Amino acid sequence: MSKKHGALRGSLLGLTALAGMVMLGQTAQAEELRLLTWGGYVPDDVVAEFEAETGIDVEVTLSNNEEMISKLRATGGGGFDLAQPSQDRIASAQLEHNIYKPIDLSKIDASLFIPSMLEATKANTTLDGEVYGVPQIWGTDGLVLNTAEASTVKDYIDLCSDEVAGKVSYRLRRPTLIAFAFSMGMDPFAAYNDEAAYQEILDKVEAKLIECKPNVKTYWEGSDSLLNLIRSGEVVAAMAWDAGGWTLNNDNPDMNFVAPSSGALGWVDTFAIPRKAENEEAAYKWINFVMKPEIAARITAASSYYTASNGASSLLDEAQRKQFETSFPQEALDNINWYPPVPAGLEAIEGKTLDRVKAAQSN
Amino acid sequence: MTTSTGKAGAMRVGALLLAMPLLLWLFLLVILPHVDLLLVSLRERISYGKYEFSLINYIEFFVEPLYWNTYVRTAVMSLMATVLTLMIGFPVSYYIAKVMRGKGKNVLFLLCLIPFWVSELVRTFGWMILLRESGVISNFLQWAGIADGPIEMLYNDATIMVGLVYTSMLFMVVPLVSVLDSLDDSLIEAGYDLGGNAFTVTRDIVIPHAMPGIASGCIVVFMLTLGNYLTPNLLGGKDSLWFTEQIYTQFITRFNWESGSAFGFLLLVLSSLIVWIGLKLSRQTLSETVS
Repeated sequence: MSKKHGALRGSLLGLTALAGMVMLGQTAQAEELRLLTWGGYVPDDVVAEFEAETGIDVEVTLSNNEEMISKLRATGGGGFDLAQPSQDRIASAQLEHNIYKPIDLSKIDASLFIPSMLEATKANTTLDGEVYGVPQIWGTDGLVLNTAEASTVKDYIDLCSDEVAGKVSYRLRRPTLIAFAFSMGMDPFAAYNDEAAYQEILDKVEAKLIECKPNVKTYWEGSDSLLNLIRSGEVVAAMAWDAGGWTLNNDNPDMNFVAPSSGALGWVDTFAIPRKAENEEAAYKWINFVMKPEIAARITAASSYYTASNGASSLLDEAQRKQFETSFPQEALDNINWYPPVPAGLEAIEGKTLDRVKAAQSN
Repeated sequence: MTTSTGKAGAMRVGALLLAMPLLLWLFLLVILPHVDLLLVSLRERISYGKYEFSLINYIEFFVEPLYWNTYVRTAVMSLMATVLTLMIGFPVSYYIAKVMRGKGKNVLFLLCLIPFWVSELVRTFGWMILLRESGVISNFLQWAGIADGPIEMLYNDATIMVGLVYTSMLFMVVPLVSVLDSLDDSLIEAGYDLGGNAFTVTRDIVIPHAMPGIASGCIVVFMLTLGNYLTPNLLGGKDSLWFTEQIYTQFITRFNWESGSAFGFLLLVLSSLIVWIGLKLSRQTLSETVS
């Protein structure tokens, strides 16, 4: 936005101010934390306990990485007090849109975090010496399989095999491009800073995904709809998040999360403070509250998502730990490909590839 | 002299004040956002937070066959949906307006309305429950022995079409019923008396009289279909390819507001153009249709 939008900006601001004054009368008394997060990260009982302890109301908005950035971009970083983008999407979004403010590390109890994860996240979200994110929840992208019917699927590329034709689902988003690239023996992360090399990888992945399209039942959007497709037997093999696989496993032992042979894709979702956050104090209180081992363990128990809270894993019950170890034997854990920060501009070329895959005719 | 001009001036101020809500609404909620959208669509990202005037977003649209194909496909499918809705909606409306009498008429009209008491999302999910592989129709066909295995009826163009026609049926039926209601029955009888048959009476009396209703119904249905996002997206699955989806993707998942805005404008141009052509072909004017 440059100066030429000044007049428009001004009149819009006027309108917003007017609406704001109307709102002010009603909401001045109750302290509020407006949280922009993912489905499953904030169980109701945790919210209730936080409200009882601090007297702060928590207003939860569920979202995903792209929507978080778009929403904050539209308001210049306003409207929310705390957001939870993935660690690899913070630095470029901050550089491009200036939507976050640095985290005041003195207000966070560092002892609550797994040290290696805290340091890695801080390093990946640092811009001009300021830290913009601390980790909360981590997980992986991999294969969720109905092992009774899709035992042949070992890697992402096997989703394109005839054995599972018509019973496959994955998202049409950037993780799928990365996953297929790894599965086809390439290393997209190594090419992150070389646009030409990255384009070459994308072209190969695009050809593969178009060839694979007849195999796909539908591209899934929300994890709930995917889980329903697998439960009803309409889909037997999917690329999805580990927690989804474990949720299915609780009901049906045949269904589980499997780490693919080319490596699961590891992500870390963070806490980041929007630039125009109004209640920063509440945000820090929330961070220190949910990172307490006993609260973090409850979140994991409820959602199957693992947290970066130090000591939470020892509080989990035996069944859940067993589930994790079945999906992630030590070598699979070592094989996880963690997302490095995405350089700005990469998403534009990926977008073109995804558009072309979507537009390709499958039958 | 001075008093009379003063009086006229006061009148003018009064009229202006009366029109203020409308003018404010038009300016703040219609014109202003569109001007902003136009400005955004005419710039190109140079580097972080730096933009320059450029036509690149429009050029991109014409150079990349993908966007162009989606655009044409959306227009053609919307036109087909409009024609189908008219073909199904016309006999229904005629039956309600001319054949039914008394209470039955109101009941039938209400039956057309009832599905619209729930939101479009719920209606679309209803179709998904019916049509999916493990859904009602598939199970029924297997139970009746017509099909050997589960049948997938979702995620293709025909399903999109069913959803679109269903979603827009009411907007065709309402104007048609009201315009057919105003047709005097004696005109139809006179047509038959003068030796006409069902076909000639419909062609020469009913349709010419119903033309404004047909035109306004078609315009509304076409606009709604062209701008629909939910139905093609949910029912079309992996092959849906609707232009509004493309706009959403540009804005939300690609962070590319510039090309999203350009696409928005192109969609506006397309719908205006097609409506204008439609009016010209049917020799209707917009004011006649609206009233």
